[in-house]
Amino acid sequence: MSNVLALIETTADGRIRNTAASVLAAAAKLGTPIAVVATAPGAGAGLAAELGSLGARQVCIVENGQAGSLLATPQVDALAAAAERFVPSAILAVNSVESREAAARSAVRLRAGLLTDAVSVRSDGGKIVATHSVFGGAYTVESAVEGSPAVITVRQGAVEGQATPTDAAVTILSAVSAAAASAAINRIDDAPAASSRPELRTAAKVVSGGRGLGSQENFVLVEQLADALGAAVGASRAAVDSGYVPQSHQVGQTGTTVSPDLYIALGISGAIQHRAGMQTAKTIVAINKDTDAPIFDVADFGVVGDVFAVVPQLIKALEARAG
Amino acid sequence: MKIVVLVKQVPDTYEDRKLDTAAGLVDRGACEPVLDEINERALEVALRYRDGNKGTEVVLLSMGPEGTASALRKGLSMGADVAVHVLDSALSGADLGRTAAVLAAALRATGFDLVIAGNASTDGGGGVVPAMVAEHLGLPHLTFLDAVEISAGTVAGVRATEHGSLGVHALLPAVISVTERSAEARFPNFKGILKAKKKPLQVLSLAEIGLDPAFAGAGRSAVVTAAERPARTGGTRITDEGTAGEQLADFLASARLI
Repeated sequence: MSNVLALIETTADGRIRNTAASVLAAAAKLGTPIAVVATAPGAGAGLAAELGSLGARQVCIVENGQAGSLLATPQVDALAAAAERFVPSAILAVNSVESREAAARSAVRLRAGLLTDAVSVRSDGGKIVATHSVFGGAYTVESAVEGSPAVITVRQGAVEGQATPTDAAVTILSAVSAAAASAAINRIDDAPAASSRPELRTAAKVVSGGRGLGSQENFVLVEQLADALGAAVGASRAAVDSGYVPQSHQVGQTGTTVSPDLYIALGISGAIQHRAGMQTAKTIVAINKDTDAPIFDVADFGVVGDVFAVVPQLIKALEARAG
Repeated sequence: MKIVVLVKQVPDTYEDRKLDTAAGLVDRGACEPVLDEINERALEVALRYRDGNKGTEVVLLSMGPEGTASALRKGLSMGADVAVHVLDSALSGADLGRTAAVLAAALRATGFDLVIAGNASTDGGGGVVPAMVAEHLGLPHLTFLDAVEISAGTVAGVRATEHGSLGVHALLPAVISVTERSAEARFPNFKGILKAKKKPLQVLSLAEIGLDPAFAGAGRSAVVTAAERPARTGGTRITDEGTAGEQLADFLASARLI
């Protein structure tokens, strides 16, 4: 089996982010998963056991005095050092703002082909193929890379399953980043999840509200239904622009793209830009008082009615079932 | 200071965008091509700096097919000084790697102190080209900036990530990209539109920026298959007559979603 590198994301204080499991699971589909982590010198020793339990067969710690103080280049240099040592057939990273740029710079440095935002990866007779969901899920595209390695960023939450836990062997390498080619980080606000609700991007259920909620106060209704279902809270651009919720909740082309099992749209008309961010949801429910709202064209279950009447009744029914 | 703004012509997102499933490429004929809105914001960041700093030159740079000139004229009418268009038949279907290599070579040819791009295009949406250009040029990238501060020799900003935010800074030259929260773009006025027609728009081929059209030795990505997903169709629709909430709970239960 060929080696496959998986770039592991860490928090500002050096812990492994929860994106590690899915990038290792994706790597295990293609070959022998090798976790690559850029850390400050001496800070990586405690990470191997956890990464092994997530399926890494090897853990490659690349010590770098500038890890955490330079933007992305310590991760690029870590991937370059690990690629030289392990000669991988593929290099995988999470398609987050943080990691995809590190993957992209690595692709340039290694003169490798780059595939971004894969929703699944597979090895097809030795050829690595990535599947992408394009234009908000309207098209499914498969792509491959000519030459080796293939550098692929994987959409968060898209690859399911977990690689088999192992006792990972540890390799420690070191790297120095060129300060002139790096932006310096002078402030980190590593915001912990502000609520106990699941993260929007990876949530199995999402309840979103739109302009139909009418006010910031009324938006509480969305949160109440979300909490009754254990769902994340989303919003349309109209709701964000009206100040009902912060922009981080925006679902759609210019916000977060979600692909949950259940998506409930409350008072959202369903403009193309919004649908582009949610129409790959497995089941879509819409409640809107406007019979002509385009959201009904993609809804598996649509209710023409007043959200302020239907949602409280739904919450009550959910509570009754929960007993 | 010389600021180069990277721009791209994309299918208008207000229409249903199409993919040519045989070629696996964007069907550029299917809907109105426009200057990507995020590029207007990137240009606005450059123009605001020029408004306060005499002697600043703002250059637009784009790689794209023939029609890209109209997007460049839009940018010129907003106030950019000059436009550069890399146009070459060898670039049809160029992947992210080639796009970045071409833009980097064109930047070497035009010269720059600061490169400003949008954080991600609305069509490809990879969000990686600015970082790749920076790697080619051996420069820092400061991307996904919600707020930007440019001064004579430095650039700083606040970068939004999935996990919070980062304050970042670098010496110039550097490559930055901005988000839709960075700046509200100005509208071109009548005078600007008239002036834009007389502004220089330079067209360069790959040979003119010193690139081999074969890109020998570089890996590349290619589409293997592309298929239109069957359109979603509306399912059950009910009108609330007092029990819709309960009916919806029944539906969720029968679909095992609660």
